[in-house]
Amino acid sequence: MEAGLATFPRLLLEHAHVRGERPATREKDLGIWQTWTWSQVADEVRALACGLAALGFKRGMRLAIIGDNRPRLYWSMTAAQALGGIAVPMYQDAPAAEFAYVLNDAEIVYAIVEDQEQVDKILEAAPQVPSLKHIYYDDPRGLRNYEGVTGVDHLLEIGHAFDLEHPDFYNDEVARGRPDDVSIVLYTSGTTGKPKGVCQTHAAFITSAQGGCGFDKLDSRDSILSYLPMAWVGDHLFSYAQWLVAGFTINCPESGDTVMTDLREIGPTYYFAPPRVFENLLTQVMIRMEDASAVKRRLFRYFTDVARRCGAAILDRKRVAASDRLLYALGNLLVYAPLRNVLGMSRIRVAYTAGAAIGPDLFRFYRSIGINLKQLYGSTETCAYVCLQPDGGVKFDTVGQAAPGVEIKIAEGGEVLVRGPMLLKEYYKRPDATVESIDAEGFFHTGDAGLIDDSGQLKIIDRAKDVGKMSGGALFAPNYIENKLKFFPHIKEAVAFGNARDKVCAFVNIDMGSVGNWAERRGIAYSGYTDLGAKPEVYRLIGECVAQVNAELAREGPLAASQIHRFIILHKELDPDDDELTRTRKVRRNFIAEKYAVLIDALYSDKDVQHIETLVKFEDGRSGMVAADLRIEEAKTLPAAAAREAA
Amino acid sequence: MSTARSSGAVVLQLDNISLSFGGVKALTGISFEVREHEIRAIIGPNGAGKSSLLNVINGVYHPQQGTITFRGEVRRDMNTHRAAAQGIARTFQNIALFKGMSVLDNILTGRNLRMRATFIEQAIYLGRARREEIENRRKVEEVIDFLEIQHIRKTPVGKLPYGLQKRVELARALAAEPILLLLDEPMAGMNVEEKQDMCRFVLDVNEQYGTTIVLIEHDMGVVMDISDRVAVLDYGKKIGDGTPDEVRGNQAVIDAYLGVAN
Repeated sequence: MEAGLATFPRLLLEHAHVRGERPATREKDLGIWQTWTWSQVADEVRALACGLAALGFKRGMRLAIIGDNRPRLYWSMTAAQALGGIAVPMYQDAPAAEFAYVLNDAEIVYAIVEDQEQVDKILEAAPQVPSLKHIYYDDPRGLRNYEGVTGVDHLLEIGHAFDLEHPDFYNDEVARGRPDDVSIVLYTSGTTGKPKGVCQTHAAFITSAQGGCGFDKLDSRDSILSYLPMAWVGDHLFSYAQWLVAGFTINCPESGDTVMTDLREIGPTYYFAPPRVFENLLTQVMIRMEDASAVKRRLFRYFTDVARRCGAAILDRKRVAASDRLLYALGNLLVYAPLRNVLGMSRIRVAYTAGAAIGPDLFRFYRSIGINLKQLYGSTETCAYVCLQPDGGVKFDTVGQAAPGVEIKIAEGGEVLVRGPMLLKEYYKRPDATVESIDAEGFFHTGDAGLIDDSGQLKIIDRAKDVGKMSGGALFAPNYIENKLKFFPHIKEAVAFGNARDKVCAFVNIDMGSVGNWAERRGIAYSGYTDLGAKPEVYRLIGECVAQVNAELAREGPLAASQIHRFIILHKELDPDDDELTRTRKVRRNFIAEKYAVLIDALYSDKDVQHIETLVKFEDGRSGMVAADLRIEEAKTLPAAAAREAA
Repeated sequence: MSTARSSGAVVLQLDNISLSFGGVKALTGISFEVREHEIRAIIGPNGAGKSSLLNVINGVYHPQQGTITFRGEVRRDMNTHRAAAQGIARTFQNIALFKGMSVLDNILTGRNLRMRATFIEQAIYLGRARREEIENRRKVEEVIDFLEIQHIRKTPVGKLPYGLQKRVELARALAAEPILLLLDEPMAGMNVEEKQDMCRFVLDVNEQYGTTIVLIEHDMGVVMDISDRVAVLDYGKKIGDGTPDEVRGNQAVIDAYLGVAN
């Protein structure tokens, strides 16, 4: 790393100098894509930093940033860092009570938030956060009569005035920044207990970003859509660290609801999404295909079969029969290219998914239609940078090889250990947790169970603590089973139980969009989620999906014992607001097991109906009870198939 | 709610309005005033004459008796075109949008009275027509942004759920940049969350654009929460008028709503 480019604010100054007129940030506003060049961004950041400094923001302070992906929120991260401060992006959809915890833990004095919604929430949390003194908002709408909050516009005015009086201030402050200063505190999603603040330095994120950009040859001509929560490490790596390292363009969508349209308009060349986004996209495509005319449906089915047969091999430049090549080219013309266009993925060179295991069929589908989708592995503690899949070396069941500069080791219990420059400096104010997760040799304990295959690629099986044994001694990997279920467009979430039990049972959440559409076409009337989920027809539909999963599991040797014997369609959707999912939508298995203990008992008894009442939090913050009598269905299971001939 | 808002100048004054259809008396001797910048609610049981009153204000109905004073001009009655030209916009109890047109085009129709270019100019899209189109489109986009309906900009209105259609109708009314906005049951048939959104939009419109708002609403929680003054109608007569608190304590109103044995 060149010494002059060792912090984010210095990288920004460099881009303003080298490619000042090139687009750095775009945002769709009033229906039109607005562009800011690198030099404009540098000016805005400078003014923001000067404004914050004029109002008392000091070196080492933390700036809370809450909102959707807005350019000025990204810029305020750099502004805080330019002053030697630390950015603390927070999940924008969290309720006020969760705000209070993080704001207190990070001892926030200054906060920049997006709009009225966030201002309302932060003001609600404020009485419990004595340190919080300054709140700025980006969008002034509806905030005219609020007291004690200030617009970012005003902050910029103060900044411009301060800059005129102290023309050397900004550059001096940027020069004082050191690579090993903490640049950001990212709070973990809290799959286990209360969120912890992960402190990452400029050096860690810049090294990771450089490694990734080199690995996939990203440069200033690339373009991405920034739509994932700013508090998530993935977004911070892709939309911030790599943005400032490679100097490409980030595009902020108009609103959370327009992402699909915006994706199509921008046509990014580099794309990142957690598996559920790919899953939702495919579900939408499948729903629309079911509504399409018979001719289109048959075309689609025929050519997706062709793609399944040879698409991935063509993408990997392997040898493929000439006839298949020809068919694929035709399919590309008729189906794949238009489909990629509809998905907004026509220009994609590299797409990544991570954050949870992706269903192999789902993954295969995207690759087969010519989208270079790859997997990576990492966590907040490692700047989302541990393993990457190389072009041409993509496998469905691994997460790739060690990224440049990263060392990987498998511990005796199967846990994955990693070491390298991307590791966290510490957990904020939690030396106990820091010591616990980084051992004496400097290896970080990821908490994931994995193994390294023949080609040197890492394969993650499950969370180390989730992998269990059934009472018969067979291996039980719940995520593996759940992901198989979730690949069906009709199933949104699933939770499998089986640790120390004699058989596997599961909870299922149906996908409202997909099953709702299915029911409408069959003239099945329903009033809402609970009602639809309880329909016998829906139970039959889901039962077929479960039976298919069982058929697959029966063929997978050691996992044959994990076939699902009984299942329940839950009466409510699992929701982060009810603490059942994390903000990144991972199931909180133990919490669910406790909350729905009655249902689990019923699954493992011979009852076929169970009554349950559940407290539900609505989006407006009120809560109510949902009560239902849930049916328990037996699923078709198969005897374990004889182990297939060794390939 | 601030009482200061209700002390503004009177922008609309109805004096002794009576309206009948044959032998049916819809409104009898109603006097009603709306002050600048306030949110004025009209409530009452079914058939009390609430919608008739709105229809008198924007000229759909012509009262047999009484006068209407809008911004200092005294008239016997309004007509719809003049009402719109003078800055009165409204939404309807039963949604009245062009179902086959996109959200964007529907909202653009709200700009119709602001277009000066001739038919020919618009057809060849030159000079004034082009300038106006850009200006109108910008205004429409502001409204779209304001009501957070960017994601359905190009969707045909007929495909939208009811709550969103109501929002599009409000958008079309706002695109006309009205001085006085008449809302006929803006929250009817909505769920709690949609109602909350709509309340916030009504308050934001009032605050940001300073628009005076007259609304008919059945949800008492909403009415008491957001309006500055409430008029109560029953059988075509005004039986109460005042701040939400005053109305809540008014015996005639309680009787009308709960019913009394005659």
